[in-house]
Amino acid sequence: MLSYVLRRLLAAIPTLLLVVLGAFLLIRAAPGGPFDEQRVLPPEVEANILAAYHLDEPLPKQFLRYLGGVVSGDFGPSYRYRDYTVAELIAGALPLSLLLGGLALLLALAAGISAGTAAALKPDTLVDRLVMAVSMIGISVPVFVMAPLLVLAFGVWLKWLPVGWSGSGDWRRLVLPVVALALPQIAYIARLTRASLIEVLGSDYIRTARAQGLPPPTLLRVHAARPALLPVLSYLGPASALVLTGSVVIEQVFGIPGLGQFFVNGALNRDYTLVLGIVVCYAALIVLLNLAVDILYAVLDPRIRLP
Amino acid sequence: MTATRSRSFFVFAVVLAAIAVGVLLLYVSPEEDPGAAAGRALHRGLGSAPDSFDPHKARSVQAATVLRDIGEALLTHTPGGELTGGAAEVWSVSDDGLVYRFRLRETARWSNGEPVTAADFVYSFRRLVDPATAAFYAKSAIPIANAAAILAGELPPAALGVRAVKARELEIRLARATPYFLSLLAHASTQPVYSQGVERHGDAFTRPGQLVTNGPYRLLRAAAASLVVIERNPYYWNASATAIAEVHYHVLIQPAAQYNRFRAGELDIADSVPTESFASIQARFPDELKVAPRLAVYYYGFNLTRPPFAGNRDLRAALSMAIDRDVLVERITGRGEVPAYSLVPPGIPGYVPPTLPSAELTREDRLARARRHYRAAGYSKEQPARIELRYNSSDTHQRIAEAVQVMWRDALGVATELINEEFQVLLANMRAREVTQVFRSSWSGEYPDAHTFLSIQESADASNLTGFSSAEYDGLMQRAAAQTDPDIRRRLLEQAERVLLAEHPLIPLYYYVSKYLVSRDIEGWQDTILDYHYSHHLSFRPSG
Repeated sequence: MLSYVLRRLLAAIPTLLLVVLGAFLLIRAAPGGPFDEQRVLPPEVEANILAAYHLDEPLPKQFLRYLGGVVSGDFGPSYRYRDYTVAELIAGALPLSLLLGGLALLLALAAGISAGTAAALKPDTLVDRLVMAVSMIGISVPVFVMAPLLVLAFGVWLKWLPVGWSGSGDWRRLVLPVVALALPQIAYIARLTRASLIEVLGSDYIRTARAQGLPPPTLLRVHAARPALLPVLSYLGPASALVLTGSVVIEQVFGIPGLGQFFVNGALNRDYTLVLGIVVCYAALIVLLNLAVDILYAVLDPRIRLP
Repeated sequence: MTATRSRSFFVFAVVLAAIAVGVLLLYVSPEEDPGAAAGRALHRGLGSAPDSFDPHKARSVQAATVLRDIGEALLTHTPGGELTGGAAEVWSVSDDGLVYRFRLRETARWSNGEPVTAADFVYSFRRLVDPATAAFYAKSAIPIANAAAILAGELPPAALGVRAVKARELEIRLARATPYFLSLLAHASTQPVYSQGVERHGDAFTRPGQLVTNGPYRLLRAAAASLVVIERNPYYWNASATAIAEVHYHVLIQPAAQYNRFRAGELDIADSVPTESFASIQARFPDELKVAPRLAVYYYGFNLTRPPFAGNRDLRAALSMAIDRDVLVERITGRGEVPAYSLVPPGIPGYVPPTLPSAELTREDRLARARRHYRAAGYSKEQPARIELRYNSSDTHQRIAEAVQVMWRDALGVATELINEEFQVLLANMRAREVTQVFRSSWSGEYPDAHTFLSIQESADASNLTGFSSAEYDGLMQRAAAQTDPDIRRRLLEQAERVLLAEHPLIPLYYYVSKYLVSRDIEGWQDTILDYHYSHHLSFRPSG
């Protein structure tokens, strides 16, 4: 197992290098530059600024300079947030994104699996129809519509929850963003769970177990749950990536300084170093998450052996 | 086997949940609210993150907003926007307009209690023009003797025409008379930096706990791209007049997010208003909504270096006249914007912008003239002009472009292709002047002088996106620059603008307005054309 993990991690290094190179070339191919604005800088001022950030050097040299920095943990200064280095910005934003994403994922799992199971146990009843209808809405209403609606309902009209972030430690500020982020995932997981559980419950071995007189709760827990959850589990990898990277809208609506906001603004502002730093960070996260899912898969399904 | 596996899954879930709860508990420290002890804190929305608290590295409007609260240049503004003494108490200008002398306030202090001296300003101006600093607003110092040569690396920073005559007396020598120079000395880029902080901490001198400033407030906390908290600077020379002890700046990019937080009572001031709900905001918050003219113009520029607009004044005039600006501001922007018929917005003291000759005409007469110009340019219904209009992605720009497209089609029969580009792409295209034909742009003034607008059409100016190049115009601008008599200078600038407008290198569409939501609890809010609103001019209305 340990050697498997080590091998996977080693194999991730060339992947990450390729990702960095690709991202570097892509962002450099985009028109404009980090210091281009409506108010064009006088030429001598612009020259001094480009020199200060080494942007006047040939591209290969800049790439090697960047790579050398990354290897030693230096992701360079941010061009837009000039009082901070990229490493500092990521260190500040990553825990927030992980916290939001992690809570949203837990909520999505808990609520999605429960709703999906309830629907699967009583197919074609009112419960089932309700769960399916609500989840259809959850999937089809985009986050940028859902989040402001939640804010309006619970923050502005009912005044139950604060609508903003503002760096204060009040846990209630987490509620709306986490719920808004989790909703589409809850819906998707509920549908996934329902479909797979119905299929498992109809299979021969379940019928046999039922014929042997196993009580339904035991049947569900011991025999049906694990095979039924495998599709959910394999969805967890992409879902984690989605929740982590897809929180941009949520971050903007609630004013949360997470990674997504830095990523999008970084790209718009041509903040080369910030974008590259976050790409590296996302890529590493996704590699790790996929690895974690593969290991979990082996834990859940005895037929799968890690090589 | 099955039992152990399901147990391990269960254990895993518990561990996961425990980690989540742990992170949550770590994060959720007891609510700290330093504002509670010191009285109510002011909560202001900021439409974008300040890029730096180093006055020499800052460039964004939002950074300048915070810097005006925590720092103070030689001059500053009154609540109404007039220039007044800042770190300097009195000053004099020599008759030739070349030598400025400032006496600093005895009581001017840094936020650590040390006195602000003339040497601090000498250090700061030299740092501003030092190529190694790579300051964005180095051009604020360009009027000063030798500044241009220092920026170009030809002279050392010490050669700058700024010297400390005495501990509290500063002398600035200019390369040539600059009538708006005092306004530049109220700009955030000319604020002093604390030399010992810069020397000790390097680039990190702007961090909370390390940043020493000389303004009414000082930095308490900052989280990149989310929150800036500043507190009253007890050493500020006029600290007793600072009514609000603590100000929280919340970075909220979406106007709708600011509006929601304003409605929820979490923001006292929102610095933007969502366009789509403007009418309902007007109805619901008539007293809170503050709309005021500001020094900024929205325009369409022509690329004068390429066909079809190079040397085609008639086509440019026709397109300009065919646009009904009243419809644009009433039906599309609809937030109190003013139709524009000049490049320089109204409101600059001592300057009356000349207007496009067609400004006074009725809509019918204007259209008739537009058609005459169109025909004179060689176009007709059978042979319509085909042009491209580029704008950067935004709902408002899109709707304005669509309206203009229809106006041009209906009035002249012009076939306009709309091209929507990301802002950076449009900027690159405008600068290159290769693919652009008509493009959307804007300009905002940084000091209340016509020069800040007219200079962008001088042939050598970096911000000249149209490629307009007129010896007559450049000559008038140069004569105005050398002129110290304000009346003669004003007439030269007005004449320059007349020359400019007659050539139609651009189409002014409307003058911007500033839009704020200001809580009724706030006193002291005043509209200013520069759109500056210092926190220390504000106070909370006594409750009850």
